[in-house]
Amino acid sequence: MNWEKAILSLFVFPGLLYAVPMAWLVLWLERKLRARMQGRIGPPFYQPFFDFVKLMAKQQVHRSNFDSLFMMGLPLVAVAAGLLALALLPISSDSKGFAGDLVLLVAFLEVPSLCSVLAGFASRSIFGQVGATREAILSVTYNLPFLTAVVALASSAHSLRLVDIAMAPAGGVRFFAVLTICLCLPVKLRLNPFSVSNAEQEIYSGSETEFSGPQLAMWELAHGLEWMALTGLVVCLGLNFRTGTWIGDFVIYTGFSLVLVILLTILATGTARLKLKQAARFYWRWGMGLALVALILGVFPGIERFIR
Amino acid sequence: MRLIQKLVRMARLRSPWLFHLNTGGCNGCDIEFSACLTPRYDVEQAGILLVGSPRHADILCVTGPVTRGTRVALEAIYAQMSEPKVVVALGNCPATCDVFAGSPAIDGPLDRILPVDVYVPGCPPRPNDLIKGVAQAVAILADQRTREHPIMERMNP
Repeated sequence: MNWEKAILSLFVFPGLLYAVPMAWLVLWLERKLRARMQGRIGPPFYQPFFDFVKLMAKQQVHRSNFDSLFMMGLPLVAVAAGLLALALLPISSDSKGFAGDLVLLVAFLEVPSLCSVLAGFASRSIFGQVGATREAILSVTYNLPFLTAVVALASSAHSLRLVDIAMAPAGGVRFFAVLTICLCLPVKLRLNPFSVSNAEQEIYSGSETEFSGPQLAMWELAHGLEWMALTGLVVCLGLNFRTGTWIGDFVIYTGFSLVLVILLTILATGTARLKLKQAARFYWRWGMGLALVALILGVFPGIERFIR
Repeated sequence: MRLIQKLVRMARLRSPWLFHLNTGGCNGCDIEFSACLTPRYDVEQAGILLVGSPRHADILCVTGPVTRGTRVALEAIYAQMSEPKVVVALGNCPATCDVFAGSPAIDGPLDRILPVDVYVPGCPPRPNDLIKGVAQAVAILADQRTREHPIMERMNP
């Protein structure tokens, strides 16, 4: 990966210039689809953009230096991590990546959730602390299947390079691993039925309860970028072909991301919130079960050959 | 700079977030208020969102005649909201204390405690009236200048 290309993918596509408007579009799509499913009309497409502008123009709450550093720094780190994660995705066929970029991507995907935990405690609000505790517990539960699936993919492709994993031939490992990653998306995005950490009507908005104005705007943006990065990850790992042309890859990537967003929204609207214990049990039982199947198939490729 | 100001004004007109507080009313207005969120009235199509934290809100919707017990909470919540903010008094209670007037347990009406921008009379007011009141509040909100914000301060010398 040379410098010009890295800068281009960070700031143009699939980075800043593409991802920020798309993040707003995805946030709108989620709200609109939820409203339509509930028999309402829902917000117009420019809603997340104007929400962002309005929040940016609001007054910031005065805090002590150290507190304000944390309150502004954490959402900014979350936004930056989302952008960096997007820049690493192997979207076009000529993206080479570098050895070990899978590890870096997994780390970047975890940063927003870590920031959210820290933010909940830094805000010193009781609701923020409850939200942060829940987020931390959930992060332990979903990361176990998520990381196992990633390890299974890497061991079956004998590489820690994203593009090698994405281009590996389709098989049982990839099917089960991508399914596990899909299963982890609703909890990573804090959607129903796993919206335990930002449970409305219960703990307001979890760790973001005390954030206002520009800080909250950054959280919204970070959340949108998380949507983009996670759906992008599933699309990049799930499809083992690239069209070869830039525009074709762009259309396929965007299209499948949006389909995934629609499916996730339908799931979120159609279900009610689970308890923390139920969510944890779900991931350790079903998520881990799927991930273990992927891992066994990945480590012992003989099994799959034997079945066939 | 004028362009940014115009954009901010547009944004404020299109995305008012409400925080709703009952200060000891009978719950009638709250039920009518909830009706605004249902498919029949659906205020989200105008960008109106009911938020759970006063830190996120632009408009404070108060129902009830401010009892002694809720006064502290009311003042704290008003202080927690960041500028620009607008207060809407929903129903007769926050405007005049209605049937509770003269009670020793009442500290209201609301305008003795907070600056009220819009009154929505009725016992309870219909959802249409509530939406109309919020629309007036949004117009007030959009034209407020926030000197406290560093960006806005530079724009309004």
